[in-house]
Amino acid sequence: MPLYLNDDQNMLRDTARDFMAAEGAIPKELRHWRDKGCGDGFGHALWKQFAEMGFTGILIDEADGGLGLGHVEVGIVLEEIGRNLTPSPFLVSAVAFVEALKGTALRERWYPGILSGDTVAALAIDEGAKHRPEAITMRAERSGNGFKLSGRKQFVVQGASADVTLVAARTDDGLTLFAVEKDARGLEVEGVRLADASIGARLTFGDVEVDADAVVGEVGGGEKVLARALRAGRTGAAAELVGVGSASMDMTVDYLKQRKQFGRLIGEFQALQFRAAHLYSELEIARAATLKAQQLLDEGSDEAETMVSVAKAKAGRAAQLAVQEGVQMHGGIGMTDEYDIGLYMKRDRVLNELFGDPAFHADRLARMKGY
Amino acid sequence: MDDLGEFREDVRAWLEANCPPEMREPMRDESDACWGGRNPVFKSEAQKHWMEAMAERGWTVPDWPTDYGGGGLSPAETKILKQEMARIGARNPLMSFGISMLGPALLKYGTEAQKKLYLNQIARGEIRWCQGYSEPGAGSDLASLQTKCEDKGDHWLVNGQKVWTSYADKADWIFCLVRTDPQAPKHQGISFLLFDMGSPGVSTKPILLISGSSPFCETFFDDVQVPKDQLVGELNKGWDVAKYLLGHEREMISGMGLGGQSGSLGEALGAALADDPILRADVARFDVDQLAFRAMSERFIDELKAGQAHPALPSMMKYAGTELNKARHELVMAAGGSNALEWESDRSKKGKSAREWLRTKANSIEGGTSEIQLGIVAKRILQLPGA
Repeated sequence: MPLYLNDDQNMLRDTARDFMAAEGAIPKELRHWRDKGCGDGFGHALWKQFAEMGFTGILIDEADGGLGLGHVEVGIVLEEIGRNLTPSPFLVSAVAFVEALKGTALRERWYPGILSGDTVAALAIDEGAKHRPEAITMRAERSGNGFKLSGRKQFVVQGASADVTLVAARTDDGLTLFAVEKDARGLEVEGVRLADASIGARLTFGDVEVDADAVVGEVGGGEKVLARALRAGRTGAAAELVGVGSASMDMTVDYLKQRKQFGRLIGEFQALQFRAAHLYSELEIARAATLKAQQLLDEGSDEAETMVSVAKAKAGRAAQLAVQEGVQMHGGIGMTDEYDIGLYMKRDRVLNELFGDPAFHADRLARMKGY
Repeated sequence: MDDLGEFREDVRAWLEANCPPEMREPMRDESDACWGGRNPVFKSEAQKHWMEAMAERGWTVPDWPTDYGGGGLSPAETKILKQEMARIGARNPLMSFGISMLGPALLKYGTEAQKKLYLNQIARGEIRWCQGYSEPGAGSDLASLQTKCEDKGDHWLVNGQKVWTSYADKADWIFCLVRTDPQAPKHQGISFLLFDMGSPGVSTKPILLISGSSPFCETFFDDVQVPKDQLVGELNKGWDVAKYLLGHEREMISGMGLGGQSGSLGEALGAALADDPILRADVARFDVDQLAFRAMSERFIDELKAGQAHPALPSMMKYAGTELNKARHELVMAAGGSNALEWESDRSKKGKSAREWLRTKANSIEGGTSEIQLGIVAKRILQLPGA
């Protein structure tokens, strides 16, 4: 398979690009909900439109009512989300959550709502300030027909508005994932506004009782389920980062062609040209790495895990460079809230932390390579 | 099974039968490469057999037309061949500036007669070519070159000097930029000329580098007579040919970013990192960059074959690939510590690490410096203003 988009994928990109630029634009969505102080941090109407466009069913099999497409297609939508900083549950709900449920009985319970844009799902994995999925301590004790969950989670994206949250906890049989519904007794949800105006949540589980049928997959089989969700989430976040970085670079390069100082366009200065060209190079490499990870995931290749970490780390660093250079090259105007470049910087920071930052993934790569 | 599936089976079987086990070992250094030429030097029978077998199938240049000695393979088939070669670790059967640089330029700009003659020779490894581009006063500003080429009616007369001519002392022929119109603006008075390095008046002098080796030469032309039909493209339009060829040269050099061995550096260094967490972190970050760049190389080649790559993309690849290769060797030196400083001992394979490290410093200079490439990306891809 060549490492570029095929005709169908190019068509999807054009559709997603037009749609997101029109419906998911910064003034219409991000600024609108932020300035209103919206407790969800995103618009439910747009989430319904995502469903009408078919986006929410990309990863869901045709037999389950979805489109049966893959990670490349999901990445196409996410890149456009990144470009427009569109606040959306798409990455967590329609990508990571949907992947987690693949092949499990809970599909029937939750896929229809994702397909229709009525359901929002969240993932509760992190327990500390950094992403450390191997160090999950939250407990799930057997109790009657089900389990009792106790512990804390944080950085639960869309956790304040989720209808269902996928919770990773340890049972006596090992790591297990539970689909916990929003009204569960004993679950405290503290919505937390993050730097980019999205809403994360801190969840406190005080002996929250769930039925056995809330278990995703097998009891003690959580590693596999979590791995599926994380592979998809990390690769998706990489694609969104590529979008964030690309839009920042485009804005910045445009600015270099307009802004005059010393009687010249600042884009004529070699000091800025070289930095812009280096940034372009880093972003193109990140884009290639991300597409490679998506293709390998879609092929079910053994090499996918390695490339997923490469993509998340590389896209994270490239986007970080893009927003930093973006603000710096814009000068004073880049520091103003009125100008969008700073919004990209904030989103980049959040996406870099989500599902493991570049240091986490470089370390993970090193471990996979045996050093 | 589809056609490509069958093709892959055929390739796999043929490689199994024809690629000698010795040619599946990684090359130890540049001297293990097979360069062909009029007086070829083969390190082993296996090397000779491998080059000849591949040339026989046209697979030294799998995607060139069969009329010109190529394999006539489609982009998809070429990719499969490369993948199958990589799978068994097969060496490149023939290293050649003819293949990587002159060939593509001749395919685009050569006359039918030139293509028939030179491309077939290149494909079979019969002529070893060198590149006469840089001059003492024309480095990054290549178009200011001064080597004079006069029309003497029945021949061209060439006088001047080139520098940084890779392996000029071992090459049979040269593709050379010469000034055919000294009055015209600098880009418009250049022509692209081919001639035999055995011609009277051609002399070479190797340049000793900081690595202790001499892959480059100074090359002198003193009243060299060249037949008229050895000019490629139009008279005074050689800059177009030169630029096109540079794109391919940059592509080749960018391949060095894969460091010959495209796997993980940390995996190769292994134990050296165990008690050095900072170095391990640096290497892990490098591996992220390297594996990401490997994906970029694959994407670049795929886009190129499909005619989708931006014409200035080789500049980006050259920049990124060579900077990466330099970074790799800095890390190898750091991991090697004082062992890697040994210059002559057998223990150090005669200073292999140190010499390779120094050699890589030329990567971001030769074929257009990193700064030249960044300038090209800024202007041609990002469309930034200025000269």
